[in-house]
This record gives sequence, structure tokens and C-alpha cells, in this order.
Amino acid sequence: MALDIGPTPTSAPSTPVGAATSETRLARATLIALALGFVGLFLLLPLGTVFIEAFRKGAGEFLAALGDPETFSAILLTLTVAGIAVPLNLVFGVAAAWAIAKFEFKGKAFLTTLIDLPFSVSPVISGLVFVLLFGANSALGPILQSYGVQILFAVPGLVLATVFVTFPFVARELIPLMQEQGTSDEEAARSLGATGWQTFWHVTLPNIKWGLLYGVLLCNARAMGEFGAVSVVSGHIRGETNTMPLQVEILYNEYNFVAAFAVAALLALLALATLVLKTALELRYSDEIAASRRH
Amino acid sequence: MEVRVQNIRKEFGRYPALEDVSLDIRSGELVALLGPSGSGKTTLLRLIAGLESPTEGTIFFGDEDASKKSVQQRNIGFVFQHYALFRHMTVLDNVSFGLNVRPANRRPQAAEIRRRALDLLELVQLSGLEKRYPAQLSGGQRQRVALARAMAVEPNVLLLDEPFGALDAQVRKELRKWLREIHDRTGHTTVFVTHDQEEALELADRVVVMSKGAIEQVGTPDDIYDHPVSPFVYGFIGQSNCLDVTLSRGEIWFEDRPIGLRAASEPDGPATLYFRPHDIELVDGCGCLAGLVTAGRRVAGTRHLEVSLGRTQPPVEIELPPERASSTDHSRVAFRPTRWKLYRGAGDVARGSVQAQSSGIELAPTGT
Repeated sequence: MALDIGPTPTSAPSTPVGAATSETRLARATLIALALGFVGLFLLLPLGTVFIEAFRKGAGEFLAALGDPETFSAILLTLTVAGIAVPLNLVFGVAAAWAIAKFEFKGKAFLTTLIDLPFSVSPVISGLVFVLLFGANSALGPILQSYGVQILFAVPGLVLATVFVTFPFVARELIPLMQEQGTSDEEAARSLGATGWQTFWHVTLPNIKWGLLYGVLLCNARAMGEFGAVSVVSGHIRGETNTMPLQVEILYNEYNFVAAFAVAALLALLALATLVLKTALELRYSDEIAASRRH
Repeated sequence: MEVRVQNIRKEFGRYPALEDVSLDIRSGELVALLGPSGSGKTTLLRLIAGLESPTEGTIFFGDEDASKKSVQQRNIGFVFQHYALFRHMTVLDNVSFGLNVRPANRRPQAAEIRRRALDLLELVQLSGLEKRYPAQLSGGQRQRVALARAMAVEPNVLLLDEPFGALDAQVRKELRKWLREIHDRTGHTTVFVTHDQEEALELADRVVVMSKGAIEQVGTPDDIYDHPVSPFVYGFIGQSNCLDVTLSRGEIWFEDRPIGLRAASEPDGPATLYFRPHDIELVDGCGCLAGLVTAGRRVAGTRHLEVSLGRTQPPVEIELPPERASSTDHSRVAFRPTRWKLYRGAGDVARGSVQAQSSGIELAPTGT
């Protein structure tokens, strides 16, 4: 660059001026086609199939399938379990992230690893853990049974398994965010005379609300869709302990395809609604989100 | 309110951050804690605030023992290095925060809170920006919001951690002058931490120089600059040269010759001579320091010359009026310090100063 000994500047090869990325058109087109093809083949096609199968015999059949008492109770059960598990993990997640991001204590690294455990363990094992803890041959099971408390094959077991599997979502979303934000905002609030609760409510919570919302949305999506762990503890009692994913499997195994896909479509719709909500919030509050990440 | 720090020791884990530090801050004073990073200055500030608790020792606010009180109870104003403004609140809400979180019996009326916050914003020259969010302000403006927020609670003492550290040079200078004015008008007892000596000397009534978890010297900017008590302070504050010299029969020798400075009452042996670049005079002939100019720079009204006194010695820097110094390299220059200080091992042993005169050199060494 320093020495230009070419005869005239005009003879220099013309490269597009102002293009920071120098890939050729072909490379760009190939990459985009590849990405779109992949998304289409592995995401859109299966999802589309679910809806097509669900409506194969028309909307009437679809609604009839959802109106079936067993299916309806599965929908209610899923909403109940998610309705209990998500708030619990909201509280646990905030508490765990708070402890890890804002305090120094022994065993912190171990706790951080432990939070990831549900992600690294197969959901089936997560379910089995509760069978071992509360089953008929366990130490706890018969004692609770004698007081009339039913854990396994009942709502408490389903909630426990779901809480266990979805525990990391909120905490993992919040830990890096809270670590990045540091403790000086809280210190500032305390130095101005705010109590611990005022500091949390007026300073910490507003700082993490977007991260918290993402965590909750993801946690909810997983809580509704969880199959493995729930399958182990549910006992598959029809109309009583079958959640939506379990109901889908039962209907499918009974060759009741329209009903199976109808429930599956509803489940997929819940997941899609979650994503749409997340994206809409991101668009609506993009300025505020950017401001809360960087000062 | 006066603040007394008594025999404070602070350890983080097993690493000592402060060792037996005592400091009296008078009411209404503007004090700078100055030191290199790791000197414990921020730790001392946070201890006064109550954001850290001391391993040993006591801190008094007036006659009250504040060390048992929490940060909320101490009623201090703390300005953080990166401001720590609440990013989801407007400027007005930030400034009112300290009043809004008070328990109902001590909380002023909403209208009163608003009036006080607006008054403070006027004081820090941010009127009209009360509806903005911190992200919409420049660095200097954020700093002022942070100061207004800290002053809103009518603190016993105002504590600032590197208040201008994150700003560019121009804004720093403006804010420095402005902070001094605010202090003179409001009269808050103020302590600020800085690693910028210029800032400390220009702004503070008294400067506390810290190094390695201990206080080296406390004094007015003049004291600190003119009478540094230790080699560290001499080296840390302002420009200085140090030379390895030898004392022989009351005379100071540099390498193989006497340099015309006397420290009569001192025993023979090696020592270190400190002098500032501008405290020198050019002399003719010998009995002085002499060397070759290796570099020259014109800095505003003076010329800075780098002089090599010998191959084994680091070069020294001297400052001269431009008309008296040739800018050409490799010219020979002979000079003698007019104000100097001799240190030996731990403490200082002798210092001296002469009136820079063209005729007759008078030397007045004073032993300590």
C-alpha cells in the first residue's frame, strides 16, 4: 500500500468501494440458501406437518378432539403444573442468581455447576430420582403415604419433576446479566438509605426485568413441553395424571392421529405464542433493553 | 461533620488492604486520598462510607461511633466511579430516590421532594434535563446527576470514588473547578479518591498520600509538594530526579567528584539525592553535575532537557527557560540543584535549598 509504482491509478483492479464484507455474491447466496434450507427442512416442515395433520379432517374434528374429556383434563393439568412450577422457579432462580452474582462465599463454583445439573442429566433420570425418593420402596414414600400424602402418580410428583427439569432457565438467564451489572447500583441505593427490600424492588428487579422475562418464557415453554421426567413420575392414569405431551403419545399409539396431532398443534401453538410474545416485547422495548444492558 | 478514623486495619481474606490507618478530617474540609492503585485509598473511602467493615479500629462521625452503624444509618453521600445511576429512572427520580425511600415519618411531602430535587439539579447546572434517562446524558452530566443524588439526602459527609476517572481531560478540568465551587457553596465535608496528583493538589484543602495500605503523608498541597517526608512522596508527587550519591566529610559526591552541595552533620556513606527538574541553576565550571543533553522538548513556557550524567546512571530531566537552553542535542550542560533532599535507607536525612543567584552560591542544608 505504501508504494504505488503502478503506471496509473485507474489501472488498479476495481473492488466494490465501501463493502466491509468482501464475500462474493455467490458465496453470500449460497450461505443464505443453506441457512434458509436448513430452517425450512428441520423447523418449518415438521411444524407445518403437525398443523396439516391436525386439520386433515377439518376444523370440526380438530375441536372435537380437543373437547374429549381426557384430552381436556390433560390440557388443564399441563396448565396447572406449569402454573405452579414456573412461579417456583422464578423465585428459586432469582434467589440463586442473586446469591451467585452478588456475594462471595465458599462453594460458589460448586453451586453454579449444580444449577446446570438438570441440563446435563437425562430427563428420564430426573424422573427416576423422584421415584427412588418417594416410591413405595423408598424411606420417605410409605411415611408420606401413611399421612395420606400422595407424591408419585399425582400432581405433586409432576410439579417436582417439572421444577427439577426447568430449574436452570431463570437462573442461567440472570447470572451473567447480574454479574455484568455488578453491585454498585445496590450499593448506591443502600448508601442513599434504602432498605434491602426497597433496593431489590426499586433497583435490582427493574435492572433484571428483561432477562427475567426471557427466563420465565423459556422456563414456561419447557415446563409445558416436558416429556421424559414427567412420563416416569406420572403413572399415565387417564384423565388424571396425563399432561399434554403424554396425552399426545397415548393418542398416537392408539392410531388416533387426528386427535394426537390436534393436541400436538395446541402445544406447538403455545410454544409459538411464547416466541411471538418474546419477539414482540423485544421490538416494543428495544431502546429500553439496549439501555439496560449498557449504561 | 468531622470524621475521625482511628487505627483502622482491613484485611480481605488474608491479604491486608489497610494497616493501622488514622486520619482526622475536619468539618467542611475537602480532602483528597491520593495514591497509586492498590494503595488502599478506595478501601479507606468505602470503610468511611460503611460499604466495608473494618477488621479492627473505629470510625467516628463527630462524637458518635459510626463503625457499628450500617451504611443506611450513616447518612453519607457516595458518588461511584462509574456513577451507578439507576438506569430505568429519570434524572429527577434518581435525585429524589434517597428522599423517596425514607420511612413515612421522615419523608418530606412529594411536592417538597420534587422541589428539592429540582433545586439540586439547578445547583449542578442540569435544569431542564430532569425527564431524561441516564443513557441520554454525557459522562460529565451523569457525574453531576450522581453528585446531586448524593447531596439530596443532606449527608454528614460526601464521599467520591475517582469522581473524574472516566471523563476526558477537558471535562475533567471543568468539573474539577466546578466541584470546588459547589463545595465552597454547600460546605459539605468531602473526601474524594484520586490517582491523579494534579487533581488532588489543585482541588483539595489537604491531601492524604497513601502507599501500600498506609498513609505516607497528610498535608496541604504546598506541604506535600515542597516538603515531602519520604522518597515515595517525593517520587509520586510531581516530577523528580533521583541520583545515587555518596557522603564524605559533609560533602555530597556524585561518582568521582563533589557536586558543591553540603550536608554537614551527616555521617559518611551512600545516600539518594532527590531534586525537581525546575529546582536547578546552570553553573559554569566544575563542582557541579554535568552531562550531555540527549533530548530536548519544548513544553509550553519551559524547555525540558534530558541529560545523561554517565553511562551507568539513568538520565535526569531538568527544566529551563527556553532562552537559556539550546535545543541542540549533545551539547554539554552543567547545573546544580537549588532545592534538594537527601534520603538514606528508610527516612530522609538532609535537605537543602539555595537562592538561585548568579553571584556566589549560598547553601543552607538543614538536617532533620
